[in-house]
Amino acid sequence: MSEPILVCTDLRKTYGDIVAVDGVGFTIAAGETYGLLGPNGAGKTTTISMIAGLLEKDGGSAVVVGSEITTKSTAAKAAIGLVPQDLAIYPDLTGRENLRFFGKLYSLGDDLNGRVDQVLDVIELADRADDQTKEYSGGMKRRLNIGLGLLHRPDLLILDEPTVGVDPQSRNAILGNVERLGDEGMAVLYTTHYMEEAERLCDRIGIIDEGKIIAEGTRRELVALVGGRDRLHVETSGDPSTVVGDVTALPDVESCSAAGSALEVVAVNASRALPEVVLAITRAGLDVHSVDVSEPDLESVFLHLTGKALRE
Amino acid sequence: MRAALTITAKDLKERLRDRSAIILAVIVPLGLAFIMNLTLGPITDQAFSTEVAVADADGGAVAQAFSGMLTEIEEAGFITVSEASDAAAARVMIADDQVSTAYLIPDGFSNAVGMSREAVITVVANPDQPIGAQVGTAMAEGFAGEVNAVRLSVATALALGADDPGALAAAASAEPAPIALASGQTEGRGFDFATFYAIGIAVFFLFFTVQFGVLSIIDERETGTMPRLLVAPISKQSILVGKLSASFLMGVASTVVLWIATTLLMGAEWGSSIGVLILIIAGVAAAMGLTAAIATFTTTAEQAGAITAFIVVVFGVLGGVFFPVTRVSGAFVVVSRFAPHFWLMDGFQRLSAGEGIIDILPAIGAIMLFAVVLGSIGLIRARDLVKY
Repeated sequence: MSEPILVCTDLRKTYGDIVAVDGVGFTIAAGETYGLLGPNGAGKTTTISMIAGLLEKDGGSAVVVGSEITTKSTAAKAAIGLVPQDLAIYPDLTGRENLRFFGKLYSLGDDLNGRVDQVLDVIELADRADDQTKEYSGGMKRRLNIGLGLLHRPDLLILDEPTVGVDPQSRNAILGNVERLGDEGMAVLYTTHYMEEAERLCDRIGIIDEGKIIAEGTRRELVALVGGRDRLHVETSGDPSTVVGDVTALPDVESCSAAGSALEVVAVNASRALPEVVLAITRAGLDVHSVDVSEPDLESVFLHLTGKALRE
Repeated sequence: MRAALTITAKDLKERLRDRSAIILAVIVPLGLAFIMNLTLGPITDQAFSTEVAVADADGGAVAQAFSGMLTEIEEAGFITVSEASDAAAARVMIADDQVSTAYLIPDGFSNAVGMSREAVITVVANPDQPIGAQVGTAMAEGFAGEVNAVRLSVATALALGADDPGALAAAASAEPAPIALASGQTEGRGFDFATFYAIGIAVFFLFFTVQFGVLSIIDERETGTMPRLLVAPISKQSILVGKLSASFLMGVASTVVLWIATTLLMGAEWGSSIGVLILIIAGVAAAMGLTAAIATFTTTAEQAGAITAFIVVVFGVLGGVFFPVTRVSGAFVVVSRFAPHFWLMDGFQRLSAGEGIIDILPAIGAIMLFAVVLGSIGLIRARDLVKY
């Protein structure tokens, strides 16, 4: 693997008594897409804000292409492209003007107009480039938001939950763009709480919860953490939290949690465990409405590691 | 520096496209100056004049002397005198609101005065024209006072042994009054009303126009573009300088437009161009200092805008942008010195009256003091303004 573009070591950030980031560390190589996967409030945005030099670190370091990034860094920040979670575009300017403005801040010089046209093509906004962005649809604004981040060909592109609130069609387009960036050799740091996005895009994934990275690796490596366990999703007629203890005690069940009227079960062998799980539920006076059996995924890994679902 | 210029150019482009900024910076103040000049200017500019009627049933020397006095006042332009055929006709003129005052001089009036008997001029006042009626009454009282003074002089001379009362009366009447009142106008400083409203409104709105630029820093935070600026390879100072430069240019440009427009369209006389430009620049600096200082103590653009608006209105009233504070006395005059608007109005007032740059140096000094003190607070706390 090539030299790492980003090296984070022991990043820390606290707000009063609240520890937002607690010793986070990871590396990203050129051409690698790294996913920071965790629920809302896990510390993803705080982590990337420190890496991008937006927030002062209370501890640790973030080195991008050999330079430590702090809030006072200027030249070193040219290696970073940021796509914030919230739209960061000027509504009274056109798409082209937005791109040209930030291109000038990155001193693109003679390359500016050509690069702006390239990016407009990539984000498929060339035909609307000269319209004010306040006339754009939500998906178009999201695509421009990404285009602004990759305009100056950064070594490291940080995308903070770029698909939140995006329609399925635009979401697909955004994910396609990110896939291409990795192929072009850009290091990408992608935060999300959507397991499917992390599985589709990321070469490696760090699972973050309560400010700590609790597991890291490729999808295969992470799934191996649950030992190739199967996952049962059982919809019941009532509150299944009363049977969590009984189900967990079953021989083929490794972990179990209740979420609403559903029971999430991680089992060593789904076919052996399923009858016993159904029996335990009916003994508790609940009806089973549906059962869904799936192979291990990142949701299972998160459930296995934290005892809670990713979207809780 | 290049980054700061890029940000300035971007901000100006945004402001020009945002019609509300142009409306508040130029169109509203220009419209207001026009309206105030049209509605209030005539009231305050016009000289007083009223119409009176005289029904002279006497025709004697004293009655003619009274008519003569009225004619002199008419020639001075303060009244218009009409003759009524009789008392009834004069009362009809009052009832028809044609005159404010009617003088009814009865038959035998002059003879009664000469014989030192009771002589009466009836003054009929129009209740619908109270000021004119008051003036009309005062003129009759003045004449009566003079007649009584002559009569007293003659009586005194006769008591001392004189023997020609007619000659005495003529001599006493011919004597000029020892005290005479004359109308006049103050010289030197003082706006005509077109100039006053043009300058007052321009000074008042200058602070709102400048506010747009300063508050755009908070806007960048609220709209999410500040993180993208902070991640760019530029310094925080570049962001601040770029934003403040846009604010400065907006303030100067909009006030210069108002200056030119009110001069050409309203006939406002601002005075020395160089002096006006210096005062505008000083005023914009003070306005930037004020809004920057306020902005650093607030968290949202709405909050900063509301506080700035409140302070600007208070300063505007204190500083005399709506009415001349030189006509007010007491503590108000002292307090008004703490408003930058006062010094701006003072400076513009002097320039309008033909004074030069040397004469406005105290005003420029005071305004720059505001700019430096408030701007320093803003700059010291600017770190809190340009942040994620």
